[in-house]
Amino acid sequence: MKSESTNTNGVKIGLECHAQLITKSKLFCPCSTDYHNSEPNTHVCATCLGLPGALPVVNERAIRYGIKVALALNCEVQPQIIFYRKNYYYPDLPRGFQITQYDFPIALNGLVQIESASGGDGGRERGIRIRIRRVHMEEDPGRLVYKGTIDTAKYSLVDYNRSGIPLVEIVTEPDLRSPKEVRIFLGELRSILGYLSVFDGDLEGAMRVDANISVGGGERAEVKNISSYKDVERALSFEITRQKNLVRRGLKVTLETRHYDEVRGITLSMRTKEFEHDYRYFPEPDLVPIRISDMVSEIKGEIPELPDEKKRRFVSQYSIAREHANTLTYDINIADFYEEVASKMDAGLSAVWVADVLKGELNYRGISMREASKRVSADDFVAMLRYFKKGVITERGATEIIREMLDHGGKPDEIIKRKGLASIGSAEIEKAVLEVIKENENAVEDYRTGKKEALHFLVGQVMRKTRGRANPKDVSKWIEEKI
Amino acid sequence: MIRKEEIEHIGWLARIELSDAEKELFEKQLSSILDYFAVLDELDTEDVEPTYHVIGIKDVVREDEPKEALSQSEVLRNAPKKEKGYFKSPRML
Repeated sequence: MKSESTNTNGVKIGLECHAQLITKSKLFCPCSTDYHNSEPNTHVCATCLGLPGALPVVNERAIRYGIKVALALNCEVQPQIIFYRKNYYYPDLPRGFQITQYDFPIALNGLVQIESASGGDGGRERGIRIRIRRVHMEEDPGRLVYKGTIDTAKYSLVDYNRSGIPLVEIVTEPDLRSPKEVRIFLGELRSILGYLSVFDGDLEGAMRVDANISVGGGERAEVKNISSYKDVERALSFEITRQKNLVRRGLKVTLETRHYDEVRGITLSMRTKEFEHDYRYFPEPDLVPIRISDMVSEIKGEIPELPDEKKRRFVSQYSIAREHANTLTYDINIADFYEEVASKMDAGLSAVWVADVLKGELNYRGISMREASKRVSADDFVAMLRYFKKGVITERGATEIIREMLDHGGKPDEIIKRKGLASIGSAEIEKAVLEVIKENENAVEDYRTGKKEALHFLVGQVMRKTRGRANPKDVSKWIEEKI
Repeated sequence: MIRKEEIEHIGWLARIELSDAEKELFEKQLSSILDYFAVLDELDTEDVEPTYHVIGIKDVVREDEPKEALSQSEVLRNAPKKEKGYFKSPRML
């Protein structure tokens, strides 16, 4: 039987993305949201603990943030919102229900444009349109800690600090076609949420995703618990392979909920007997309807230039490569940093040094630009680039300064002095070249007899002797001249 | 009329174990409640707006101001089982 299960055609993925909103207090009670480095159960009150008689009251800022997200995702904001109870029994929900939305969510029918997984080469935009079904608000449940893994633990420990943190849930239509597209979409989403200043992707568990997946028009399975952004591709690839293997063996995919085990990288059936109607949604009697129409025009004015728009502006305004524009605009803090540097320095050179070098060093250290900006200011960066442009330091020296500033702080001029990074004059280069030729007779002989690679070795030796303070191209010329 | 399997399912949703006697009792009680709703169902509500809320108040919100939480010992005071500042709960899948 020839089926479409052997290629990526026929894969359909829809997502439910839950993002924590960075309000000061929780969604329905005034407990602080600053719980990430705290002892368990120290940021809770009668309301988020679900004690009888406690009355929830909605945090207005959380609603405004939700509307902001909806507008940035090109959704139709609804005139009125109503909260509902979603009933299910689980230790992370102290009341036995989650306050969420059902009918009357914040917004419907949005759209996000992403670049295709194959990439728009040659400057050609290959946009894919991902429709957003709805955007709604809900409370985060508590956090369960297992002794061992989820299926071997004898009991679980519960921390309600997270209980009641405002979440915005973004539900897409099944418009995604591969795990890679999902990763690109989530990257775009994180980027947009960061631009809106309503989300902090650096916080652990700030975004969690459930995915509905089907292959070749078969039944869908829902994969829950994809908590790490990096795990998305792995979890979805596993699930697609599992479903395709079922189809290949002539078996049917069953409609079910599966749990992603991040340790083993597999999805497991949760053997759940619960279905949509079992949640017995009904309007939360303790919370009244909220009319949001009047807030919309004001919030529209707060939406900044978004990543896609900024990317296009960077390419035209600074005449930089699209790849660089992509890297520079992903994180709003990097984009702002670049623009400040570029306003005082050659924009093309700045793009290379921020997008390639600085970003690379941040990735290597696993730190964000926001974190790094405590040590490296745009002015320091400009000063460093000026020294490089004037030839005071080499490329390697410049990189060394960036590393030093990131790791220990300090100013470029001071680092140049302290680490002796200033480029050396031709007399010193000549001296080093002559020494290296003398010390490496074999390599010199190799070069003379036609082994051109020997030159790289000799250049390397000179660079070592001069501690990178010479330009490798100059060194290469010097050696060729002297041999 | 409500079936025994439905009673069992409802019990499972609430994570409570029901004895056979209880199942029989709830079967009767829930059936009579549903019979009563069947009476209400006879009413013509064609042109009536659905009621999502009964008290007629709208737009109650609060400022985003954090306030002090309960202490950990107060939070755990009523917990039958606890460990290192956490509530202890049976494992569930």
